[in-house]
Amino acid sequence: MGVTLSEAAAKHVQNFIAKRGRGIGLRIGVRTSGCSGMAYKLEFADALDEGDLQFDSFGVKVLVDPKSLPYIEGMELDYTREGLNEGFKFNNPNVKDACGCGESFQV
Amino acid sequence: MALLQISEPGLSTAPHQHRLAVGIDLGTTNSLVATVRNGISVVLNDEHGRAMLPSVVRYAADGAVVVGEPAQAAQSDDPVNTILSVKRFMGRGLADVGDTSRLPYRFVEAPSTSSGQVASTSSGHGMVQLRTVAGVKSPVEVSAEILKVLRVRAEASLGGELVGAVITVPAYFDDAQRQATKDAAKLAGLNVLRLLNEPTAAAIAYGLDNASEGVYAVYDLGGGTFDISILRLSRGVFEVLAANGDSALGGDDFDQRIHCWLLEKNQLSALNPKDTRLLLTLARAAKEQLTEHDETRITAVLSSGELIDNVLTQTEFQSMSQNLIQRTLQPLRRALRDAKLAVADVKGVVMVGGATRMPQVQLAVGEFFGQTPLTNLDPDKVVALGAAIQANLLAGNRTSDDWLLLDVIPLSLGLETMGGLAEKIIPRNSTIPTARAQEFTTYKDGQTAMSLHVVQGERELVSDCRSLAKFELRGIPAMVAGAARIRVTFQVDADGLLNVAAREMGSGIEAAIVVKPSYGLSDAEITRMLQDSTQHAQDDMQARAQREQETEANQLCDAVQQALAQDGELLDLVQRAHIEEQMAALQEALRSGGQQLIKRAITALNDATVSFAQARMDKSVTRALAGKNISDLDIK
Repeated sequence: MGVTLSEAAAKHVQNFIAKRGRGIGLRIGVRTSGCSGMAYKLEFADALDEGDLQFDSFGVKVLVDPKSLPYIEGMELDYTREGLNEGFKFNNPNVKDACGCGESFQV
Repeated sequence: MALLQISEPGLSTAPHQHRLAVGIDLGTTNSLVATVRNGISVVLNDEHGRAMLPSVVRYAADGAVVVGEPAQAAQSDDPVNTILSVKRFMGRGLADVGDTSRLPYRFVEAPSTSSGQVASTSSGHGMVQLRTVAGVKSPVEVSAEILKVLRVRAEASLGGELVGAVITVPAYFDDAQRQATKDAAKLAGLNVLRLLNEPTAAAIAYGLDNASEGVYAVYDLGGGTFDISILRLSRGVFEVLAANGDSALGGDDFDQRIHCWLLEKNQLSALNPKDTRLLLTLARAAKEQLTEHDETRITAVLSSGELIDNVLTQTEFQSMSQNLIQRTLQPLRRALRDAKLAVADVKGVVMVGGATRMPQVQLAVGEFFGQTPLTNLDPDKVVALGAAIQANLLAGNRTSDDWLLLDVIPLSLGLETMGGLAEKIIPRNSTIPTARAQEFTTYKDGQTAMSLHVVQGERELVSDCRSLAKFELRGIPAMVAGAARIRVTFQVDADGLLNVAAREMGSGIEAAIVVKPSYGLSDAEITRMLQDSTQHAQDDMQARAQREQETEANQLCDAVQQALAQDGELLDLVQRAHIEEQMAALQEALRSGGQQLIKRAITALNDATVSFAQARMDKSVTRALAGKNISDLDIK
């Protein structure tokens, strides 16, 4: 299980890291905040933290801290375009309820 | 759900609190908006995938406003209401715009402010206005329409409201032009994080801020303007050492050359506007073709039915555009001279502007500097990309490298002093932000007000400088001439805007005034003013010495006359006659000119009044002591 990237998302991440010039992978996590409980964290990872879980998706290393994992277990990260906007989309099976925009959620 | 972007480690934003910031290149011909997404600076395209928004605004009678391509398309049908190149009018008065006879617009001179001391937010005063079918519009409003379109595009692309924008301006933009740009942004609903000089933005886009320290040149050949800037990078800080250019030289001139060549080849003369436009469009296409190919074929059918079919080779194009390129090298030399640098000091050269795609331009610049210029970023986008990187930083999306950007003021800022002399407070090419203070004093006994005239320029006489603003400091306690201490502070903020404050140090009274500079100078004018100042250096020095003597002479005559009126009875007739004789001699010397003559007459009058001054001093001491016991005197 764990956390996976779609092929499109992985390609974009690889591209972004290459252009950024550094980084060992992508860090995905959650934190408590926002209008509906939890919020996603999506960051470049420059170093491995202690206890980090590692998943490999289409050649991209995905790091998740153990406390975050239960909230995003089985999640797939996709990259899509909506009108002029484009970015990463979280398909998280654990979400029971989300705020209007989906940026924060409850499990 | 919302689409997320990757943040830097530890900088994930809270939901609904994305720090969305953009960089905007508000250009004369085209404008662009860019942002940093997933750690990379990218230009945001419109729904048709176009990055560049033509800086063209068309006003319709029903109040509708069209911006960009559709406005550009209407240019020939509705020239009066279709505003092009509005950037040239930003912060400028009608007089600054120059020859308006060739422009299709109906210009309106706005009521200029008499005192020049207006709140800095109410820009538009003194700025030229344009009468359109939808009413009179200021350049600020027209620019705001362009910015609005870019803001809407950015918000649609980023999925949220912007926290702010960095907008680029030419390095030579003066205070009025910068303020006008800020006002336009405000009107468009944008929070300006900072105005950034275009060459500095280009250097940032190339990541030169992370490069090794040294001097870099930015060669910007746009559609209608040419700018050269010399930047120095030290410890991650950019400083504009010098800026120069030609406001009437750009890629369009190259099109014009091909157009003329076509006319000559086909022995055409006086085409109608439609054919002229057609040939110019083809000329432009041919120019672009020659970037990739050695030759290009130009075919057209004119409205007369005449057929045009010519082949233009790269070699021919090069020779016909040779002197245009040469014209860019002159400002380049001047900029280096201003920066007191040699070609060999330049570590890297950045190319900006679509016209720098032309191989002959790259070749000439490469030859001049003895190195290959940087061309790997799209020269049309490089300024916007750099602005986006800074916007991202200012919005708080980056922590690690905290750079600060330094720019310079193009012309010295100073005050008018007695005799019409310009006293420089902040010298030209000072890096900004900066603040300088200088103390001034009163010229006459009992003077209670002081008029401050802020001027800009390199010349010694105020009449040869440009007047920026005038204001008054009132309520100075009456004192003898020279006793009051008035501290004048000049402050130029990070955006290049000027504040002048005056404070009488004894009483603490202050003139709390926001000085709004009247309106702009063209870069050609700046260049002329700089050239004038070097050419006239000798004359200016003499003129200054002369004025100083004259001022001193006048001040002395005033003082003596006042003393004679007050204490004339202390003198006998002979003494008085002697003083009056010397004063007449000084006044005569003043009329006839010679600096040496005035100087001698001043000395003579001073000598003649020594005993009179002594007598007056004794009298005032006696008067002060009269009728008082020694114990009453407050001796400290």
